[in-house]
Amino acid sequence: MPEGRAPARPVGFRGGGFAPRPVGVVGPLVFVILLVFWEIGSRLGWISALVLPAPSAALAALRDLFDSGLLFKHLGASLQRLVLGWCLGTLLGVAVGVAAGLFSLARAGVVPLVSAIFPIPKIALLPLFIIWFGIGEESKVATIFFGVFFPTVIAVYGGIDNVDRGLVRMGQSFGLSWTSIVRKIILPGALPAMLSGFRITASIAIILLVAAEMIAAEFGVGAYILMAGNLMATDQLIAGVAILSVLGLVVGWLIGRAERFLLRWRA
Amino acid sequence: MDLHLSHVSHRYGAVEVLDDIDFTISQGHIVCIIGPSGCGKSTLLRLIGGLEQPSGGVVLQIGEPPPDSRNPLTYIFQDFALLPWRTVRGNVSLVLEDQPLAQSARGAIIDDVLRRTKLSEFGDAYPRQLSGGMKQRVAIARALSVNPACLLMDEPLSALDSQTRELLMDDLVELWSREPFTACYVTHNLGEAVRLGHKVIVLSRRPGRIREVVDIDLPLAGRSVAHRGALESLQDRLWTLLREEALAADQELADA
Repeated sequence: MPEGRAPARPVGFRGGGFAPRPVGVVGPLVFVILLVFWEIGSRLGWISALVLPAPSAALAALRDLFDSGLLFKHLGASLQRLVLGWCLGTLLGVAVGVAAGLFSLARAGVVPLVSAIFPIPKIALLPLFIIWFGIGEESKVATIFFGVFFPTVIAVYGGIDNVDRGLVRMGQSFGLSWTSIVRKIILPGALPAMLSGFRITASIAIILLVAAEMIAAEFGVGAYILMAGNLMATDQLIAGVAILSVLGLVVGWLIGRAERFLLRWRA
Repeated sequence: MDLHLSHVSHRYGAVEVLDDIDFTISQGHIVCIIGPSGCGKSTLLRLIGGLEQPSGGVVLQIGEPPPDSRNPLTYIFQDFALLPWRTVRGNVSLVLEDQPLAQSARGAIIDDVLRRTKLSEFGDAYPRQLSGGMKQRVAIARALSVNPACLLMDEPLSALDSQTRELLMDDLVELWSREPFTACYVTHNLGEAVRLGHKVIVLSRRPGRIREVVDIDLPLAGRSVAHRGALESLQDRLWTLLREEALAADQELADA
């Protein structure tokens, strides 16, 4: 380098970015700020209580619900439908999905059917389910079941398709039995896809649960919300919606825990 | 147990991949197969191990494998093929779990092969925690655990950097010197072929035919030190044989 003559300056930095990092406090903080503004707005009369009740009013409605003992009656009825419908749909969906992932005949039979029925909003079938299964629990469970079943099938056979065939060939080359290959190579390999499928089907189940309960139910979070709406009791309505939000968060958290436990071999 | 390939040919649909391949892998010897890319080396290996069926000819097993061999024809893959959800021990254990073995016997075998591949301390590590060289040593340990009569190695060192490759080649030579194994070693690396092979088979471009068989009558151990010159001239000779084929294969790909 010619000394003294050519000016030296540092090379400008132009890398970095495009790597969002988790920042812990921001999420809760946004919630708190929003709630505080909402509360202040209500107290000052900027927001009419009928249009949108204050968070404190919704909280009071929730407390009333709790004190009257109806909270657990509604929640219990909803959870029972949710758990039953989701578990049945998932069990059968995994079974059919695995079959479609492994056997040509099952795939040829199942996949077109799934493609045809999956896009139908299952809530449109609820009247049919009521005719088939009666107005009781069965029709609501059936709605959730069908809503969960089809996306599960798709997630499972898609997951199996994406298992590294090199690993399967390795299993064959060591003379592993067919069941060993399925149990020890294919199913664990498809597990990540299955779990992200469960995340989606859990949300679908909650949406269908509320919709079904709004159409025909005495108890249940959806029924509670509908009743509150009919009575213009918007504080109760917000309380019901908050219950749903918490329900969704809890389900998501549970699946997150399951993922962290079952997929701990991932980075 | 020897393996004999008798006039083996293979085609995928209209594409002829291998044509009239005929050679023998003798017990205790390492046969290296080299050839330009796309000449059907890996296909040949899959045919030898029974993962694919040849369109013509037959792969013969001459003599019985030793009675304690749990999987006579055992592969070592280029991409290691380790299960990411199993630890090092779990990956070795996988191939023993279908065998009629007591838990303790299985554990003893795993301990033994991990010791032979210098992996004893890493039994509980997951593959993602290991370097490429370590992963391939796990795959070698897994292969040794079933007492193979013949190892089928498909470019086992190609996914590794050149320093790791040197180290692993030394490991392989050491393993062989302690207990000679039979192997068919597919590679595109001429250096590996002359270091590890008792016999080098040169394939032509597609359809793969045997162009030449080169015997290397040098002891495997210490070969790279004591016979450096001989190896180098041998490598040059192989390169002269391969050069035109590789060039033509390269053009072929560009046209396709």
